[in-house]
Amino acid sequence: MSKEKIKISEALYDIMPSDYQDLVKSATYGKEDRGWKDIGNNKELIEQHSLCAGCPESMAFRYILASLPNPEDTVMVGSTGCTSLVFPMVAVHNIHSLFGNQNAIASGLKRALSVRFPDRTKDVVVLAGDGATVDIGLDMTLQAWFRQEKFTTICFDNELYANTGGQESGLMQKGFVAKMAPVGKLFDKVRLPEIARESGCHYVVNCTVSKPSLVEKVIRNAVHIAREIGPTYLQLYTPCILEIGKNSMEGLQEMRDSEKPTERFAYKEYVSEPAKQLLAELAAKDKERKAAAKQLAGKA
Amino acid sequence: MSQYRVLPGPEHFLPPAAASMGIRLPNPGEAHINGVITSEEKAYEEAAKQFLMAKVPTLFPGPLVLWAWNEKAAKKATAIRHLYDTLKECVQPGQKPMLIPMPDYRPKYPKINPEVEINPNHPNLTIWHNKIDCCMFIGVHCHQANLSLKIIRGGTSCYTIAMCAQAGHEDAMLSFRDASVEKIMTLAEWVRKLKGTVQPRLTSAKSGASN
Repeated sequence: MSKEKIKISEALYDIMPSDYQDLVKSATYGKEDRGWKDIGNNKELIEQHSLCAGCPESMAFRYILASLPNPEDTVMVGSTGCTSLVFPMVAVHNIHSLFGNQNAIASGLKRALSVRFPDRTKDVVVLAGDGATVDIGLDMTLQAWFRQEKFTTICFDNELYANTGGQESGLMQKGFVAKMAPVGKLFDKVRLPEIARESGCHYVVNCTVSKPSLVEKVIRNAVHIAREIGPTYLQLYTPCILEIGKNSMEGLQEMRDSEKPTERFAYKEYVSEPAKQLLAELAAKDKERKAAAKQLAGKA
Repeated sequence: MSQYRVLPGPEHFLPPAAASMGIRLPNPGEAHINGVITSEEKAYEEAAKQFLMAKVPTLFPGPLVLWAWNEKAAKKATAIRHLYDTLKECVQPGQKPMLIPMPDYRPKYPKINPEVEINPNHPNLTIWHNKIDCCMFIGVHCHQANLSLKIIRGGTSCYTIAMCAQAGHEDAMLSFRDASVEKIMTLAEWVRKLKGTVQPRLTSAKSGASN
């Protein structure tokens, strides 16, 4: 495990800022049952982030980082946008790619890691905004899926370019008027989840991040399926409260409103047949493992 | 040979890269002082003098030694601690040696705490805050060290030393190359040897805080 590499030199331990000491002591590395409930007791970010107060993206980041099944052997690929403000603070290896290039970078990275570490599981997770995923990087996004590259793509969909002041993006709703798109969107929101399914993704989910346990489940599924079978795609609604004129404490309600059955972020999931089989196998193994642990605890 | 010399700043807002001014890196077994190639022995002596003269001589260990990637890194860390302890023993009252880590190269937004760490993207904050007038980088990846060294030369009057594991740094005022545990220990020996022979700059107006 790469976990052994995360060790502070003993002779200089006392001068390390407490943040790093905490990271080594209480990052949830090497723990199979990690999840969002570890937030607060364990570290998933090295430092405080610099997103706006109440930003749903920051919640999403925390849930995702806490749910990665194999963080010490995971490399995340980010792109330009608000997400790139957080990546420097993330306690997981990450690469900042050129705007839109994230899926191309991840393709090469995943292949290189497979060659370099043939006997070790190395996960690659792309995390980018809607601008990088659907507009500027659509070519790279789709080509990676066509080629059946084995990594997860996560899109933080805030339905516009928030980081630069509110320009129109492909995932913006039809008719929406933004600060820098005063005419209003003239065509429909791009239906990327459907496109992902048709492009060969084995697991596609469209949802908000209002429910941490749901985020944990879809992240784990997406990473495990990408590891064994092929590309997976998650489109998570992380509204930009500034750009839609809401207050810091209204982000959660905005997500809840947008995930009602008739709304655009009602939970949708597609799982291919091989992926269904894999999830069933994983669930069975998990059950066995937990039963064995319970038995062991009973004996003790 | 270039007439340009790598001297304590503040030089410019954006000082030129020393390499672009004709400063070249030392060959194995050599070092450079102010951009002039010299023997390693002479560099040890000069580095030890600068440490003993400084009001706040500081060591900046970087990720390559702070993290125990391998046995060699851990041994270097032990040697750095020894150098720091030696410095503390050899300075005079009024001098304040420091050991400040550069745990990684993240830009540290919204803020960095200059009391406890240094960051390559704004090393001047740590230099100014602690009034550091002589520092040594060790275990910092070359491109990040170059970035730091240029910023320090541009905005502060701090004397910079690089104990580089590769080919050295043109942008430092004094640079070793091929750093090893032995070289760090040798520098500590020189500090001990020169103890009491160097007059510290305690009353000088010159300090790291030049802005």
